[in-house]
Amino acid sequence: MHGEPRDGRIVIVGASLAGLRAAETLREEGFAGTLTLIGEEPHTPYDRPPLSKQVLLGTVSADKTGLPQRREVDAEWKLGVRATGLDPVGKQVLLADGEKVPFDRLLIATGTRARPWPNPAEAALDGVFTLRTIEDAGRLAERLDAGPRRVLVVGAGFTGSEIASACRERGLEVTVAERGPAPLVGALGGTLGALAAKLQRAHGVDLRCGVTVTALEGNGRLTGARFSDGTGIDADVAVVALGAVRNTEWLAESGIAAGPRGVTCDAGCRAFDMYGIVTDDVFAAGDVARFPHPLFEYQLLSLEHWGNAVAQAEVAAHNMIHAGPRRRPHLTVPAFWSSQFGLNIKSVGVPTFSDQVVIAQGSLKDARLVAVYGYRGRVTAAVSVNQAKSLEYYQRLIETAAPFPPAPGAADRIESPEPVPSDVPDPKVLSHGPTVALTGHLPDRRLTLVQPAR
Amino acid sequence: MAADTLFHRITDYANRADPYPLYAELREAGVARQEDGSYLVGTYHAIEALLHDPRISSDRRKRTVPDETAEEGLPPAFIGLDDPEHHRLRALAMRSFGPPHTPDRIDGMHDEITRIVKDLIGSFRGEERIDVVDDFAYPLPVTVICRLLGVPIEDEPRFREWSDAIVAGIDPTPGEDPTERPRAAAEARKAMGLYLGELAEKRRTHPSDDMLSAFVGGDSSEGQLTPLEIMTTSVLLLIAGHETTVNLISNGILTLLRHPDELARLRAEPALMPHAVEELLRYEPPVQMLPQRTPLADIEVAGVTIPQGAPLILLLASGNRDPLRFPDPDRFDPTRDDHQHLGFGSGIHSCFGAPLARLEAQIALNELIQYLDHPRLVEDPPPYRRSPVLRGPRHLLVESG
Ligand SMILES: Cc1cc2nc3c(=O)[nH]c(=O)nc-3n(C[C@H](O)[C@H](O)[C@H](O)COP(=O)(O)OP(=O)(O)OC[C@H]3O[C@@H](n4cnc5c(N)ncnc54)[C@H](O)[C@@H]3O)c2cc1C
Repeated sequence: MHGEPRDGRIVIVGASLAGLRAAETLREEGFAGTLTLIGEEPHTPYDRPPLSKQVLLGTVSADKTGLPQRREVDAEWKLGVRATGLDPVGKQVLLADGEKVPFDRLLIATGTRARPWPNPAEAALDGVFTLRTIEDAGRLAERLDAGPRRVLVVGAGFTGSEIASACRERGLEVTVAERGPAPLVGALGGTLGALAAKLQRAHGVDLRCGVTVTALEGNGRLTGARFSDGTGIDADVAVVALGAVRNTEWLAESGIAAGPRGVTCDAGCRAFDMYGIVTDDVFAAGDVARFPHPLFEYQLLSLEHWGNAVAQAEVAAHNMIHAGPRRRPHLTVPAFWSSQFGLNIKSVGVPTFSDQVVIAQGSLKDARLVAVYGYRGRVTAAVSVNQAKSLEYYQRLIETAAPFPPAPGAADRIESPEPVPSDVPDPKVLSHGPTVALTGHLPDRRLTLVQPAR
Repeated sequence: MAADTLFHRITDYANRADPYPLYAELREAGVARQEDGSYLVGTYHAIEALLHDPRISSDRRKRTVPDETAEEGLPPAFIGLDDPEHHRLRALAMRSFGPPHTPDRIDGMHDEITRIVKDLIGSFRGEERIDVVDDFAYPLPVTVICRLLGVPIEDEPRFREWSDAIVAGIDPTPGEDPTERPRAAAEARKAMGLYLGELAEKRRTHPSDDMLSAFVGGDSSEGQLTPLEIMTTSVLLLIAGHETTVNLISNGILTLLRHPDELARLRAEPALMPHAVEELLRYEPPVQMLPQRTPLADIEVAGVTIPQGAPLILLLASGNRDPLRFPDPDRFDPTRDDHQHLGFGSGIHSCFGAPLARLEAQIALNELIQYLDHPRLVEDPPPYRRSPVLRGPRHLLVESG
């Protein structure tokens, strides 16, 4: 097609979910030029959600989580090598092995990594883990197989809670330490946080909220931990689930608006530079991207959701090979799921973008419900617990900015007809960062966050 | 009563062979209020939205004018209930039918279904003319659901009579004697329920590998069906297990005979059949409409307020032919990739038996088209069954060789 940039060189940095789906989409939509994928991990793309679920339970082994390819992708794969820099003027990506890879258009899909335990000596103790990669999951599953006397999970966000659930299912003793008032409260607010706390305890978790872990103890091997309330426990495994860190350091001197909250881009996935000017040859997608969303007052969202990585990668790839008016915005309503303690939790919208919540269907007592979140009188999110089929209706309400609380009359509206405050805590009080960060439309702030050269 | 409202015409037996022009008229009208106060919806997106709307009840007793016959028979099965009762009963029934408790139940029936299909074909092998309905499309699902539930196939003549009455009872055709059919249906449901309940009771002492045994026995940690619930649930499964799949198979053969190029292609490429079955579910869905819905609040659809308690009829088959949703909707295209049809409904009540219906239809259609040699339709259109809800040929005479 005339004027459509279907040729040339496209480089994708980050060869995981977003990188793979973008590569597939590029070829699907007719990109005929050369395609290079650069990935730090030595593996072909694999799926992370099973790592904290089936892999820890032992029902799927860590090396069986490869992502199915939707189609053949004609590309050069440079795996096991890290990108260390980006030269935006010379238009090349610098690799750790010294190679320079030239590009006409670049997709940044470097995702996130697990936030490490802040004390390096303690983090190095045998028995201390984080969970982000298949190596992490394989090692942790092996250690759980060996039957530790007690597992400590630091941080009760989604990942931490799923790990605790897997341990309990294996019959292991678990202590969960969370600085905030309840598990999942950072993502789902007070009402469902309280439900999660109740369920964890009912499943035999030693749940401690409002405390921080002050020290991991041991001599070569982990033996226990101390808490801010003066207590301590013996434990031979600790999983640090303190949230994620965005992989943007390699962009520090690139002039791209990249910082701890991600790479800022526009609704079409084009990255901003540090002056807030949008580029036209550098794109971002997946966990590393930070983008404005019209349903949430154009605030910048950073999501850590599987579905977002796929949808955004598809839009980015489309826009990389289409000119101006044929480009599409990334407007997908955020959505994610989690399974833990026998619960299937699904979310649409942004529950933290709320001031009130109401149980619109089902009941907390039965742990089968839909909670609907509102912000200033309109529906902004819904979370289902063991009632996933009901969610589509609420997605439509979010998309149409329907009034909150939602219209009455649901057949199974059993309890709590009155909305209550959604009690979303300030992310600063949580152990683990929020999986959705709303950060205001302030791309120029990036100027102050550009990291100094090392 | 004026006999020519849209719903009269849709349900009129004279239009059974081709209701699709009437559905186009309905989509044009948006939401169509009928003179008896019921509302018809026939556009894809509106149906989809209503099927996910928690304010739409499946419980007929929520209608402002409940039918008085409802009190006499068995209580509703889960298809006619709302959450949370619907969920509890459906989940208990699912325990012996599908995931998470028995994920391999249906897949595990692949060989058995193939054997039944081959036996049926063997029984008419060599004959020049067959009735696809009586010789094939009906006996297959009946045999399968009987084995699955644990019902002796020899009793088929008995429950066929009940089944006919029950199907006639859900026929919403307006005008005709409004109490007699539902009354007969309620009686038939009761009789069938007692029959199946008795069979289930015998399984308490002589369990076997069937669903009735699972209903009376097994793990009760997540609750258990009561004897009354076993009756309503097994009646539902026995009826739904065969009254719908028979239409899927016979509508399928009819459609393929009307599209000889597609038939030849599927004959050469049996691996395309799963695709083709999805297209059939869109193009000629065995369940044409859901006549049982009722809003629990005033609900606005396409600018029309449907009042609380009004009968609401969702024309699935019309939604499946909505040009705003499917390009070139009146074309039968087995290679179509878009499978978001309404053939199995959608939302919490989406078809319980879908995996079984798919498997039966895929195997049956593949085996039958391989067997048939230069098949010809004897009559087109064929004579149809009475029901406008469960729509399909009553006989489908095919000559081959
Ligand atoms: C344990 C776990 C459970 C999860 N469960 C769920 C769930 O239930 N539901 C849900 O919605 N989401 C879940 N997620 C989140 C989901 O997996 C992520 O949203 C998704 O992986 C994001 O994909 P991505 O491609 O953007 O980033 P990533 O998957 O993080 O991939 C980025 C890739 O880039 C590579 N990379 C980084 N820096 C460089 C560099 N400089 N040079 C070269 N390569 C680099 C990394 O090595 C990595 O392979 C889970 C995540 C984890 C870790």
